[in-house]
Amino acid sequence: MSTQMVTANRLTDGMVVYLTNQGDWATQFSAGAVLAGEAAAEAAMADAAAAAKQQLIVGQYLIDVLIEGDSIKPTSTRERIRADRGPTIEVDAGSWTGRIGD
Amino acid sequence: MYRYDEFDATFVRERVKQFTGQVERRLAGEITEEQFRPLRLQNGVYLQLHAYMLRIAIPYGTLSSKQMRKLGFIARRYDRGFGHFTTRQNIQFNWPQLDEVPAILEHLAEVEMHAIQTSGNCIRNTTADQHSGVAVDEIEDPRVYAEIIRQWSTLHPEFAFLPRKFKIAVTGAAHDRAAVRVHDIGLRMLKNEAGEIGFEVWVGGGLGRTPIIGTAIKPFVEKQHLLSYLEAVLRVYNQLGRRDNLYKARIKILVNATGAEEFARLVEEEWQSIKDSALTLPLEEIERIRQYFALPEYESLPDWTPEFEAARKANPEFARWVQSNVKPHRQAGYAIVDISLKPDGGAPGDASADQMDIVADLADDYSFGELRVSHHQNLVLPHVRQQDLFALWQRLSGAKLATSNIGFITDIIACPGLDYCNLANARAIPVAQRISRTFSDPKRLAEIGELRLNISGCINACGHHHVGNIGILGVDKHGEEFYQVTLGGSSRDDASIGKIVGPAFSTEDIAGAVETIVTTYLGARTSEAERFIDTYRRIGIDPFKEALYGNSQARRPAAE
Amino acid sequence: MAILKHGALQPNEWQEVSDDAALPETGSVIVSLDRWRRDEASLRGSNRAIGVRLQNTQSPLALSNDIDRLSLVVLDFPKFSDGRAFSQARLLRDRLGFTGEIRATGNVLRDQYLFMTRCGIDAVELPEGTPIEGFLEALSEFSVWYQPAADERTHAMALRRGGKHTGSASTVVNDSVAAMWAY
Repeated sequence: MSTQMVTANRLTDGMVVYLTNQGDWATQFSAGAVLAGEAAAEAAMADAAAAAKQQLIVGQYLIDVLIEGDSIKPTSTRERIRADRGPTIEVDAGSWTGRIGD
Repeated sequence: MYRYDEFDATFVRERVKQFTGQVERRLAGEITEEQFRPLRLQNGVYLQLHAYMLRIAIPYGTLSSKQMRKLGFIARRYDRGFGHFTTRQNIQFNWPQLDEVPAILEHLAEVEMHAIQTSGNCIRNTTADQHSGVAVDEIEDPRVYAEIIRQWSTLHPEFAFLPRKFKIAVTGAAHDRAAVRVHDIGLRMLKNEAGEIGFEVWVGGGLGRTPIIGTAIKPFVEKQHLLSYLEAVLRVYNQLGRRDNLYKARIKILVNATGAEEFARLVEEEWQSIKDSALTLPLEEIERIRQYFALPEYESLPDWTPEFEAARKANPEFARWVQSNVKPHRQAGYAIVDISLKPDGGAPGDASADQMDIVADLADDYSFGELRVSHHQNLVLPHVRQQDLFALWQRLSGAKLATSNIGFITDIIACPGLDYCNLANARAIPVAQRISRTFSDPKRLAEIGELRLNISGCINACGHHHVGNIGILGVDKHGEEFYQVTLGGSSRDDASIGKIVGPAFSTEDIAGAVETIVTTYLGARTSEAERFIDTYRRIGIDPFKEALYGNSQARRPAAE
Repeated sequence: MAILKHGALQPNEWQEVSDDAALPETGSVIVSLDRWRRDEASLRGSNRAIGVRLQNTQSPLALSNDIDRLSLVVLDFPKFSDGRAFSQARLLRDRLGFTGEIRATGNVLRDQYLFMTRCGIDAVELPEGTPIEGFLEALSEFSVWYQPAADERTHAMALRRGGKHTGSASTVVNDSVAAMWAY
């Protein structure tokens, strides 16, 4: 059985978000709802389409996730990088310390 | 440099207002994402891996200290403290919020900047030689024409919905530093037999999935016919370029399918009917624009004084920096300074807000307030007095901006890759960092000499890997990042597309592979004067293949 | 379908006739380029206004000899991102000197409307009920232009030189050298 999650970007600020069990959108991958099987995935994508129509999110799609014991991870490198919410390298931002994305 | 007059200022204000309205309509749900997407792209707003990305235009790579400071301000206030200079002389911010983009654009408009047409299927930023105006081998300053083209192409009503993006580059020197042969249109200024200066027009060059060197379809277009000729090319392209397949929609595909000769004929036919229209450029207009690019009031100074030589001799580090990062200037007593944005282990082309402020100050102190961005993702101070070089170098050193590697293997050109980009298959920056650390020894760098290394995270080739002497292309193999190596590319007068050397390397092995390639070169070159590209062209790809894959040679592990 | 033309919704006075259908007894008709070629003689001779609908893959130059007899050319935007009709309009106006109506149909965004008018398109076919305020607003979003096009709007190049732009891109413009703006 496939295990997936719905992800998108928040319309206003572009932050990566994941559809939760409560039907809202969290920036933490760990809060995302794991969808077992096609039916669950389809239903979630329908919710996402509705959220897009309400200008909450944009560009929604399904990602594969892997369950290993207690931990859940995206299967692809791309989605792992995305779930980390930033580049994998250290960035020289000089003396900037303000406004951290949540 | 160009200063906005009332038109330009009004225009940008109106554009900001228009986009502000479009954002509002999007946020209110009056237009869908599908409808909004081309509109936001034409204002430089992408949706990327982690967030939106805003690409700001730096027309032909020229900017003032005031503009650089504003970019630093935007980096701090609206982003995460840094920006990335691109292979098309633009700058990208990786974390803007859509609902703040209108405010960012207003700030930019205050300093005569914008993000118009930095994306979308329209004519993009026209790039030019980063040493324009001051290079020793210059025939004429190409920025005059780049500015004319910029205006003509801005919100051109007929060419806002082309089959695909369109990139134009201009070079005005004997040596092409603008890579005109790998652009959709490349303009090479030259003198004809009568001594007139005009344009050789190249069409259909490009990288990406189907890299190809362009074709010169017109040996000489007179200055006054520049715009009408460009309009003819674009009109033919707009009508005949493919619309059915995104990957076959660039003009290079059309030129190839039609045949260069026939394509040139189609353009000629269109051009003949419009060439004496309102698009004709009067000489007065060219001269009017040229005023903006007048050189500063240089002092009369001696060239390379004994004092300077003494300073060089006394400080080997300074001497190394002069050797690699300082270029001769047309004005005696002056020099062109390339500021490397490729520090050891750094992300190529990135600059922090602090560094932006610093280079702005340095531009004011040493370069008449003017800077350039090169498509090699570095910065340039174009008017530095030789007597100021030492002080400048010291201040650059203090800000990690004095790495002596211009044109060397650690002057890496890399796209943002999978760390930032939605399109990428693999990361590019960590590979760049690893290679940068491997070759960080400045003596070794100088020993290896001129070597262009380019890294792209996917086939779209924003890192221009096809024209790297060593090119690295990130690919996805069964969900893992692998790196394919090409050799022998060049973006200059001797433009060529690199050849794939063999199977791709893992993340662990790629830096070692590059080492092996370099070692092979060093072993085979006839002298230090024979550059990597020359040795490659002389000996061919086989010795490199052999060294990398042949027999039971164990690959050297990548140095930490 | 409603026709937005010259700032207002207008009734559609034209009838679209397919290649095999008989022409209506009276009234202005729009036919395909194929039909125009096939029935040119009789259509020319008929006492009615003729319009030709071009697919966006057909060159307007095919109408070079016919443009005098046509009152309307219909251009198509199959997708709003497909901008071929902009060039078709330019060719009709600038190359062929067409002075009749150029009408755009298909998928158009209000944000393209200004570009269309600059290229010489003067009417847009919209789905019934489309609010036109957005389209009209879009027309006034810019007061300055950089380049000449097929419209009468003055552009920066001419204005800066103190000249008056009186024609389309295909006419030679006589500008005075004195610049209007100080810099």
